[in-house]
Amino acid sequence: MTANPVIRVLIAKPGLDGHDRGAKVIARALRDAGMEVIYTGLRQTPEMIAEAALQEDADVVGLSILSGAHMTLVPRIRQVMNDSGLADVPLLVGGIVPGEDIARLEALGIAGVFGPGTSTDAIVTHIRGLMQAKGE
Amino acid sequence: MKTLVEALLRGERRALARLLTIVENEREGMDEALAALFPHTGKAWVIGVTGAPGTGKSTLMNALTKAYRKAGKTVGIIAVDPTSPFSGGAILGDRIRMRDLAGDSGVFIRSMATRGSLGGLSRATRDAIRVLDAAGFDIVLVETVGAGQSEVDIVRTAQTTIVVEAPGLGDDVQAIKAGILEIADVLVVNKSDRPGADNTVRGLRAMLELGHPASRAQLIQHHGQLLGADPPASDPAIALWLPPVVRTISTEETGIDELMAAIESHRDYLNGNGVQDALEQQRIEIELHDRLQDALLSRLLQVLPGDALAGVIRRVQMREMTPQQAVRAILALHDERLLK
Repeated sequence: MTANPVIRVLIAKPGLDGHDRGAKVIARALRDAGMEVIYTGLRQTPEMIAEAALQEDADVVGLSILSGAHMTLVPRIRQVMNDSGLADVPLLVGGIVPGEDIARLEALGIAGVFGPGTSTDAIVTHIRGLMQAKGE
Repeated sequence: MKTLVEALLRGERRALARLLTIVENEREGMDEALAALFPHTGKAWVIGVTGAPGTGKSTLMNALTKAYRKAGKTVGIIAVDPTSPFSGGAILGDRIRMRDLAGDSGVFIRSMATRGSLGGLSRATRDAIRVLDAAGFDIVLVETVGAGQSEVDIVRTAQTTIVVEAPGLGDDVQAIKAGILEIADVLVVNKSDRPGADNTVRGLRAMLELGHPASRAQLIQHHGQLLGADPPASDPAIALWLPPVVRTISTEETGIDELMAAIESHRDYLNGNGVQDALEQQRIEIELHDRLQDALLSRLLQVLPGDALAGVIRRVQMREMTPQQAVRAILALHDERLLK
C-alpha cells in the first residue's frame, strides 16, 4: 500500500522582516517538485516554528531570512527544535547570508545555506539528497 | 508501534504527530496502531467546516478554537488543502490564519493534502480524526478544501457540519442548487460587516425554510444506492432541525459565541433524539462500502493476468466493445481465474 512517501517541508519566516517573496517562490518550486509545503507565514518566533515542525511531522524545515538577523535566529531555532526532540529534522536557511556566516551556520549543524541566485532545482535536489541520506 | 500508541495515550505530541504520518502514508503498522487506538475513540465531537475558497474558513476555525479553549475544551485541528494534480505537491497554508493558536498545548494543528481525493478531504482524514480523538481532544475541527458544490465527504465524516458563506459570492439561485447548502447543520455568514450581508442571510434563511428538514436524518445517497440503515424518520421530533444562520466577523471574533451555541444545540438535538446513533450507523456503512470497494478492486487487479486490462482498454479504444462490456469481460476473466 505504501506509495512513495511524500516529502513534507515546513517553510517559515522568522523574525521581523516582511519580505516573503522568496519564501513563496521556494514554496511554489517545492510544490512543483511534488513536495508538500506547509507555509506558516511571516514573523514566526523560534518556538512557533519548532512547534509547527513537530505538529506537522515535517521532514525538513526551511527558513527564509532577509533581515540580517540569521546569526541570532538560526542557532536559537536549532536549539528550540533540538529541545523539542526534533534534532533529526534538518534545517535549511535561505536569504542573504555573508560568506563567513555560512561556514559558522554549517558548523552549527545547519544542513544547507542558500543565497540569492540559487536555482530552485539545486534546492530541490539538496532536499531529496538529505531525505535519501536519512533513509526515508 | 505499541510504544508509539502508549506515548500518544500519555499525551506525547511527537508520538501523535508520528502516528498521524503513519496513517497518512499508510505505512506499515498502521492497522495495528489503529486497532490499538480504536477503543479510545468516539469521545470527541467532530465538527466539519466547509465553504467556497476565501469565505474565511481558516480564520473562523482560529476564532472558534480560541473560544473553545476559553471554555476549557481541547481542540485538534485537521486542515485539508488541495494536492496539485500535475506535480503531486501541495502548499498547505491554513496555519497562516491560525497563528493565534501557537504555544497552546491544548491545541494541535495538522495540515493535510488531498493527495488525489476529490471529495474535499483526503483518504486518510477519517483515520487522522480517530488518532486525534484517541489522543483525547474534546473537539476535532476539520477544514475541507475550498469547496464548490459537490464536496460532501465532510458530512459523512463530521457530526456537525458548518457551511461558511460570505456576502457577495452569488445570488439566491446558488442557494437552491443541490449540494453544499443541503449538507449544512449550521450556516455561517462570515465577513458579515460587508455590504450585502443582510441579503445573504435573508436569502439563505428563505431557502432553508423551503427545504424539507425531514431529509436531515438521512445521509446522502451513496454510489447511487440508498443506504440500508433505517432512517429514524418515523419519529416526528427529529424532523425539526432547521439549520440556523449565524452571522460572524471572524477577524474580530464577533458572533463566535452564537456559533458555539448553535453547534451545541445541534449536538443536543442529535443526542436527544437517537439521530446520532442512526447517523453513526450510516457513516460506518459508508466507510465500509468505501473500504470494501478499494479492497475488492485491488484484489481483482491482483488476480487478473498482467496484460488483461491493457488488452481490454485497447479493444474499447478500437470501438470493439463498450466500457460496459469491458467491465463484464474483466469480471468474467476474474471469475475464470478464481475457478482454476
